[in-house]
Amino acid sequence: MNVLTEAFKLILSGDPELVEICLTSLRFSAISIVLASLAGIPLGFFLKLRDFPGRKMVLVVINSLMALPTVVVGLFVYSLVARSGPLGSLGLLFTPVAVIIGQFILVLPIVTSMVHGRVSEMDPRLPETLRTLGASGPRYYFMLVREMKGSIASAVLAGFGRVIGEVGVSMMLGGNIRWYTRTITTTISLETSKGEFELGLALGIILMMIAFLLNFLTHRLVRYE
Amino acid sequence: MMKKRNFLLLTAALIFLSAGLYGGGQKESEPVHIKMATTTSTENSGLLAELLPAFLEEKNIQIDVIAVGTGKAITHGENGDVDLILVHAPAKEDAFVADGFGVNRRDVMHNDFVIIGPADDPAGIAGMTDAAAALSKISAASAPFLSRGDESGTHVKEKDLWKDAGISPAGIWYKETGQGMGTVLTMVGEIQGYTLTDRGTWLAMKDNLDLKILVEGDGRLFNPYGIIAVNPELHSHVNYDGAMAFIDYITSVEGQDIIRNFKKGGEQLFFPDAVQ
Repeated sequence: MNVLTEAFKLILSGDPELVEICLTSLRFSAISIVLASLAGIPLGFFLKLRDFPGRKMVLVVINSLMALPTVVVGLFVYSLVARSGPLGSLGLLFTPVAVIIGQFILVLPIVTSMVHGRVSEMDPRLPETLRTLGASGPRYYFMLVREMKGSIASAVLAGFGRVIGEVGVSMMLGGNIRWYTRTITTTISLETSKGEFELGLALGIILMMIAFLLNFLTHRLVRYE
Repeated sequence: MMKKRNFLLLTAALIFLSAGLYGGGQKESEPVHIKMATTTSTENSGLLAELLPAFLEEKNIQIDVIAVGTGKAITHGENGDVDLILVHAPAKEDAFVADGFGVNRRDVMHNDFVIIGPADDPAGIAGMTDAAAALSKISAASAPFLSRGDESGTHVKEKDLWKDAGISPAGIWYKETGQGMGTVLTMVGEIQGYTLTDRGTWLAMKDNLDLKILVEGDGRLFNPYGIIAVNPELHSHVNYDGAMAFIDYITSVEGQDIIRNFKKGGEQLFFPDAVQ
């Protein structure tokens, strides 16, 4: 109960640092999920609707990549953007850009794989019907996506849940810098290391409330099953 | 209906994106950002939260702090991923400068290490003033001892003390955690074991711990902090002027006064060394 009281006290306090931390989390997650969706949704459709040699293998690889540990993604991007790495001259390590690159890599396989899975389950008559209605080219794909919007939304939300809840990438690539790259999860990690368990749990509750709110709103907007 | 929904979704997306483009809480003239890798003790104790805003106010330079163990902080410095480091492992600091990775090392402040443990003290070390002898007794009693095990300044000091005691610690009683100081203190409290900690982190956390200081005052437990700029000859991209501005500030009368006046529960955590 103490923790719940603490969480609500924190929210009601409107503490500017807490607000900034929540906004940073949302900002990073939103940007990386938008980018991953722009790449992953077309890729998911492509892998279902077009056949090419090695397609099955690509699917197996993408599905396996869903198991990527955040710390491995972090290490991989770290080795790219650290000063000694190939992209070192850009100075991206410990900046929001590095975090977003990491989160994008983390979540792209999830969005792609889930979109592909949902597209595979769609009524096989749907593409046919759309063709019969005279849809072709970009318009055909646009209508297809519109018909599948509920499924796509759930894939995007699953990806969003993964990024907003991850700590490995944000910690390693962002560095948990106050007022800059400190997110809800890196704050929880920091507070836990300081022995401030109640504050950590309170932040966890705030994170879950944000996730719930977003899922709820999307559910209302898209009305997916 | 469809249009309205799309509009709402689009609005939500735009709000997120614009929040991303314009970070919250920005000032009118955007401060220069420089990066400093430091130990968890300076950040977790809250000292930097006192020093950095004052420095920002004066020079319009925002120090982005990456709080890690001393070992990792030095690695970040060697790789040029930060502009300066504030650490506590004198031998490693000297090597960092001697190998050309850093320049202009300055003494900043000190506190000391202490050995803490449970009040019932099964190894019987309470009141000893020879830290190495105390570790020998812990080892002889096979009482649980938690090591940072992360090449931090505290871990380096602990290994030196074991060496002085002529023991290479091993066995189920010796637990290498690989965690930061705060986490280790929490674990020690749960296990009711022993550990070596800097006094600053201890003072910041002791109210939540059922532990007490058992050994202190050994000259070997001196814990000096040094600040070093990353060598701009080696890494031309570092903000050397920014780093030197902060080194000047932290060793100035003003900076040293902030360190002197920084207290937790009435106790001073760090003792300034640049200006006595």
